[in-house]
Amino acid sequence: MAMNPALPGLRLALGPVLYYWPRETLLAFYERVAELPVSLVYLGETVCSKRRSLRTDDWLALARQLAAAGKEVVLSTLALVEAEAELKTLRRLCDNGEFLVEANDMGAVNLLAGHPFIAGPSVNIYNPRTLAYLAGLGLRRWVLPVELGREALTALQLGRPAGVETEVLVYGRLPLAYSARCFTARAHNLPKDDCQYRCLDYPDGQLLETQDAQSFLVLNGIQTQSAHTYNLLPVLGELADLGVDILRISPQSHHSERVVELFHRYLVGEIDLPSAKEGLHRLMPTGPADGYWFGQAGMKAQAWQQTAF
Amino acid sequence: MDLVCPAGNLPSLRAAVDNGADAVYLGFRDATNARHFAGLNFDDRTLEAGAAYARGRGVKLFVAINTYPQGQHWSQWQKAVDRAASLPADALIIADLGVLAYAAERHPELPRHLSVQGSATNYEAIGFYHQHFGIRRVVLPRVLSLSQVRHLIEHCAVPVEVFGFGSLCVMVEGRCLLSSYATGESPNTVGACSPAKAVEWRDTPRGTETRLGGVLIERYGPSEAASYPTLCKGRYRVGGAVFHAIEEPTSLNTLELLPELFDAGVTAIKLEGRQRNAAYVAEVTRVWRAAIDACRRTPERFAAKTEWMNTLGRLSEGTQTTLGALHRPWQ
Repeated sequence: MAMNPALPGLRLALGPVLYYWPRETLLAFYERVAELPVSLVYLGETVCSKRRSLRTDDWLALARQLAAAGKEVVLSTLALVEAEAELKTLRRLCDNGEFLVEANDMGAVNLLAGHPFIAGPSVNIYNPRTLAYLAGLGLRRWVLPVELGREALTALQLGRPAGVETEVLVYGRLPLAYSARCFTARAHNLPKDDCQYRCLDYPDGQLLETQDAQSFLVLNGIQTQSAHTYNLLPVLGELADLGVDILRISPQSHHSERVVELFHRYLVGEIDLPSAKEGLHRLMPTGPADGYWFGQAGMKAQAWQQTAF
Repeated sequence: MDLVCPAGNLPSLRAAVDNGADAVYLGFRDATNARHFAGLNFDDRTLEAGAAYARGRGVKLFVAINTYPQGQHWSQWQKAVDRAASLPADALIIADLGVLAYAAERHPELPRHLSVQGSATNYEAIGFYHQHFGIRRVVLPRVLSLSQVRHLIEHCAVPVEVFGFGSLCVMVEGRCLLSSYATGESPNTVGACSPAKAVEWRDTPRGTETRLGGVLIERYGPSEAASYPTLCKGRYRVGGAVFHAIEEPTSLNTLELLPELFDAGVTAIKLEGRQRNAAYVAEVTRVWRAAIDACRRTPERFAAKTEWMNTLGRLSEGTQTTLGALHRPWQ
């Protein structure tokens, strides 16, 4: 099978699960992930510290299993860190001594500085100076903030220090905001302190529609996401041209394996763009979006609409 | 405890100074600050006049350069830092790590504050900015409870500023992309949330509709007063019910918590509102000056006066106020 010459060397990563799934669901999911054609797997709770399907020790055990299956494993930290108990967990992750850690806030960066680390999408790296500064502290890989697109990435790649890899989210509902308030609890008229773990009922978050019935956002506890799935499949060639190293796929409750396989088969040239699009089209819970890549409103779906099926 | 007041233009700056501000904060007329609105902010002439007015009355001047420069636009942020240093400002309020690094290296003597847009919500994050860029103050995002603020201050070498009054961000600042998702522009990228150019008002048989980037934010009945369509404050449908799924149109007002904020060791109170007019700035500054002075004199007997609360209520979004995240049940 011929490699697609436009997409050499792009590796696939599976981002952390952003939702609250039960323990058995998570364990079964990662059992399947061990067999998937992804090079990297990010593990851990990044949204809400009340979600404890897996404890830190469980995550570490899972990390060892996936590493034994040949995956490069990274531990991801909480994006919004407020309480001392959260800092305690953060310190444990940062001091784990076995696996690289993805910092998702500057508190984690502080704890990781001086050792190799990764900056996740909620660390604000908007320009080459920021990237260079963090590289001096041990940054080995960074994930493009999701509201940035081609233009900002071009400048960042031009100024990228040696030895730093670039990762871009290419598939998944976009993490757009974090709050002290839990919107899932609010939608159920429950206080956050007695949320009754309602997030368990929404394995892909709870849909928020406008009053004229347009799917707009998704409530995922204290996180707000896009209802539409960010999907850069049609522009992967541009990412490759810009020297992007890793493509991140964000897990969803159904069809994640098929999503990964479609991206993989497209990257290695087994299927063409129309076939990959055709396959992916039905797997997105609401539909595609790619506006951020073009410097437009994130919810627009320009490339998806303009490329052939 | 310092009172830090907003100045969107020269009349507001004078109003803040005349009514008891200890410091005023302002931005330049471009995307380098988080209130980049048409007709707002300072050019060279008004900047010099404002700086002279504040300095002449012993009031400090802070310059907000608190958005995130991208790519080839970097020089604009660099110029903003140099311009503020040339005044000189009493402090820069910065969010971006690259801008902080530049300011610390080029103008080490000029105090740096970490903007609320820097999104530091714990003392480890604040410690990072302190160690690397020597920040002298941090403005806390509006996501922490009072006990969390207290705990943070106990573990933090950097003086803390909190928001006292004004428009309320329900999302952690500096990491909210809702606006760019609907419009292409966000506080981080261009210094605008729910920008005016993306707003539409439509009268329809079902009432007045407000849209942002084409997205229906709110639909008002005949008896309802329509307000600006800030994305997080619209009514949406979730689980079959239509309600303010993210936040009501309401303002933050922490005035009644002043003794607790004093006791926790808060260094400064910030009033939001560079987009508001001079009359607004005058009134909120006057009320907060009186309240802080009263609290300083006799903290144990402090009570928020009805007159103060009525004034602040009248000036609030939707004439409602909340203690926000400081009050745990709100969360």
